[in-house]
Amino acid sequence: MTPPETPPPETPPPDVAADVAAEPGAERWRSAVFDAVVEGNTVTVTFLAFVAAIVVGGLLIAFTDPNVLPKFGHFFSTPGAAIAAAWSSASGAYTAMFRGAIIDIHTVSAAFHGGSITAVFEPISETLVNATPLILTGLAVMLPFRCGLFNIGGTGQFIGGAVVAGWIGFALQLPPVVHVIAAIAGGLVGGAVCGWLVGFLRARTGANEVIVTIMFNYVAQFLLLYLLGTHAFRRPKRIDPISRVVHGTARMPHLLGSTLRVNFGFILAIGAAFAVSWLIKRSTVGFEFRTIGANPDAARAAGMNVERGYIVVMLVAGALAGLAGAAVVLGTDYSLTPGIYGSYGFDAITVALLGRGTSLGVVLASLLFGALHAGGVQMQAATQTPIDIVIVIQALIVLFIAAPPLVRTIFRLRGQRSGPEKRAALKVVGA
Amino acid sequence: MKLELRGITKRFGSVVANDHIDLTVEPGQIHALLGENGAGKSTLMNILYGLTRPDEGEILIDESPVAFTRPKDAIAAGIGMVHQHFMLVPVFTVAENVVLGDERTRRLGPLGFGLLDRRRAREDVLRVSQRFGLTVDPDALVENLPVGVQQRVEIIKALLRDATLLILDEPTAVLTPGETEDLFAVMRSLKESGHSIVFITHKLNEVQQMADTITVIRQGKVVGSMPPTASDEELAARMVGRAVRLAPEKAAATLGEIVLSVESLTVSDDLGNTAVRGVSFDIKAGEILGIAGVQGNGQTELCEALVGLRPAVDGRFAVRGRDLTGHATREILHAGVGYVPEDRQAEGLVTEFTVAENLALDRYDQPPYSKGLALNLDVMNAAATDQVKQFDIRTESIGSPASSLSGGNQQKVVVARELSRSVGLLIASQPTRGVDVGSIEFVHRRIVEVRNQGSAVLLVSTELDEIAALADRIAVMYEGEIVAMRSADVSREELGLLMAGGGAGAGASASAAGEPASAAAPA
Ligand SMILES: Nc1ncnc2c1ncn2[C@@H]1O[C@H](COP(=O)(O)OP(=O)(O)OP(=O)(O)O)[C@@H](O)[C@H]1O
Ligand SMILES: [Mg+2]
Repeated sequence: MTPPETPPPETPPPDVAADVAAEPGAERWRSAVFDAVVEGNTVTVTFLAFVAAIVVGGLLIAFTDPNVLPKFGHFFSTPGAAIAAAWSSASGAYTAMFRGAIIDIHTVSAAFHGGSITAVFEPISETLVNATPLILTGLAVMLPFRCGLFNIGGTGQFIGGAVVAGWIGFALQLPPVVHVIAAIAGGLVGGAVCGWLVGFLRARTGANEVIVTIMFNYVAQFLLLYLLGTHAFRRPKRIDPISRVVHGTARMPHLLGSTLRVNFGFILAIGAAFAVSWLIKRSTVGFEFRTIGANPDAARAAGMNVERGYIVVMLVAGALAGLAGAAVVLGTDYSLTPGIYGSYGFDAITVALLGRGTSLGVVLASLLFGALHAGGVQMQAATQTPIDIVIVIQALIVLFIAAPPLVRTIFRLRGQRSGPEKRAALKVVGA
Repeated sequence: MKLELRGITKRFGSVVANDHIDLTVEPGQIHALLGENGAGKSTLMNILYGLTRPDEGEILIDESPVAFTRPKDAIAAGIGMVHQHFMLVPVFTVAENVVLGDERTRRLGPLGFGLLDRRRAREDVLRVSQRFGLTVDPDALVENLPVGVQQRVEIIKALLRDATLLILDEPTAVLTPGETEDLFAVMRSLKESGHSIVFITHKLNEVQQMADTITVIRQGKVVGSMPPTASDEELAARMVGRAVRLAPEKAAATLGEIVLSVESLTVSDDLGNTAVRGVSFDIKAGEILGIAGVQGNGQTELCEALVGLRPAVDGRFAVRGRDLTGHATREILHAGVGYVPEDRQAEGLVTEFTVAENLALDRYDQPPYSKGLALNLDVMNAAATDQVKQFDIRTESIGSPASSLSGGNQQKVVVARELSRSVGLLIASQPTRGVDVGSIEFVHRRIVEVRNQGSAVLLVSTELDEIAALADRIAVMYEGEIVAMRSADVSREELGLLMAGGGAGAGASASAAGEPASAAAPA
């Protein structure tokens, strides 16, 4: 919810449906998303949304499989064969996904027979590697949400952090520990500057942060492309846009041996999650953020500086997204490429939504998405199911989360009120 | 319609909001519900309107039991409700608002889409408004209408849906005296045409004036019904369970030096129109200056300017000699100014926050509430527990969200916050809006205490009773100017006249010119 200019009414309308339908669309959509993030849905709904998404995803896998469809041509003569084919297609894909994301039994038995032990942890390592930037960008969306701002600019802030961290990593020569710390700090600062700019524009000119951040994403993407062509960044003897390689001294230390990609970035992400959680719940700044997010007029009347709140929260959010950029460039990629930002900035919105506006939720949702991505790669390799199905599953989860009534109808849940409804109900009583 | 509630019970956690309530509303009757803040009146009405479901008990309409699971059911059964805060779409016209969600004004358009029958909507509004004297222009945009007229739109909305029983939850809390009179006229004509009305208010004179039957609720239980001939004292005593002193005892003011001085202050409203025109006055330590006036004559803007929420276009003000014009709200509050905003839900509270958080809203970052960057939750909770007890805030716990409190208890949270901080100047706008008589007594006593301790108080109220009970000196605001400055013994009649813009023209220019304080101050 953008804190609306007029305070939310105390009681819900008598004809809720009618009056809600009359609310301006964009505003309503935003407030629905905001409510879903801040107020949260019940854990049950979140879980069931996941189950529903997996089921629907399974159907999609089966029915896009070229081996399954012809069998359904003979569905009425041999229904068993058709259903069996569909089942084996979907279950095969999901099994491969599980092997790629959590654990592969074959590697375990191989380890017992003298194979490599690290191979056992390979899937987990990949899941954590994928989750790391999601946790950080997810926090960068969730925190401003609590302050009433919708940060779509994770991508731009990520790039800001990655560029600065990467440059420090490959252009400077510093002693080992100092170098990596300097590069991480650079990532924080690079992202923070990008975030600050958005907060500053919002505070000083009232510019809508959604539009500003979307535009900044483009600016940052093209700036990255431009930089990769400059002498300072470009890798010698390469014609494609790719930067020089980060020095060994600036790389994040590995956590489980050098063959597994999981690195110190994950620890940083978890640390950031704790820090953000503390900030929101236990700090004066967080109290201010939450007040501004819930009722900016009351915040003003209580002497809070709402504009400064916007600037500070975007600065912190930018730093978090910048840290994600640093974690990727210093932890796994070791060089800047035009597509380094991936889809983290946008997945972050999903993660914040799924994580129900809390740090713990963001971490769990990121681990889930990280696992889906890691598993997706394996699934594509093993079963030729396109990895895009992972994106579909993610989208389905969001759909089911954002539509708790739908989930409730499907699973015939009763009486559990979700955030917005409950809030409305509580307000009635105050009349 | 005859309505009967039998044994209605509703619990919220450990709070029993309604405890086996029996209530009968006869057709063509105005039935007043009287009770302390948190007694359970709104809860009972929400149950009747299908917004809340009772844990026990039944509702009977014309002797046959009904069950409402949502407002639509209640509307279908002929029940209408006007909430204290209206549910209108500001950018729609009156007619559009009235037909929103009403199936009957939908006609089938091309391709089978429903279309809004605007012409019929206008006609419907005109018909109902003529029949019951609810004057309103169907084509006016709701956002341009005063509160009283918006309320009329809500009533029309209910009547158009064939409501024969109307629930009015504290309808007069936001009305000017004139608007209240208009509402009463409408209520009488509704009653004549056989409608029943359940009327909730904290103002005893309104109950005596309007009600046919009065039911008093205390702590969720019906404690008796009284005839409208009962006196103020009887009603108050029944409600609160003890004798209530309706006007606080107040020793004569012992004036100190000037605390607030305002010099030809001019302030604009949100639309850029001048709302306060070159107002000047002083308040001394140990003095309560009451600003009387009909709502919307610049009082809101004046208060907001004095706490830095609105820029001064011209002029200046100083607190204890320090010029604070143009300073940030935070600085002004830190300079020892307490502020009770006029609209608790919009500015005074964060309804999603807990009671404890709300009580710390303007001091969360000062020791002992904070240690460096960290909140000190122990101190916060201890202080909240203390204030909840002191101000008799009825809440399940200090961790409950403010939204779960009754309207009057929400107001008490705001007042408790501002009165539990030592301030040199207290600016209180409608401090007892929606608060029951027992608590008004308490809040008034506390405001007088603040004054006796040597603080200056600026009290803005549209209630003449409140002004008369508290003020040491009375300024009347009309169209952005202080048109008169009178001592506390001014007659009601004169005040009423001045508030309506009549009366001493010469006095008006003299006060606006800026030396009213000495002229009119009591000895
Ligand atoms: N959703 C809720 N959760 C917890 N407690 C609630 C809830 N709704 C109401 N209560 C409690 O029920 C009691 C009755 O509240 P109600 O709003 O009916 O009072 P009221 O008589 O309308 O008071 P007022 O005159 O102040 O408006 C209060 O103690 C309130 O705190
Ligand atoms: Mg109430």
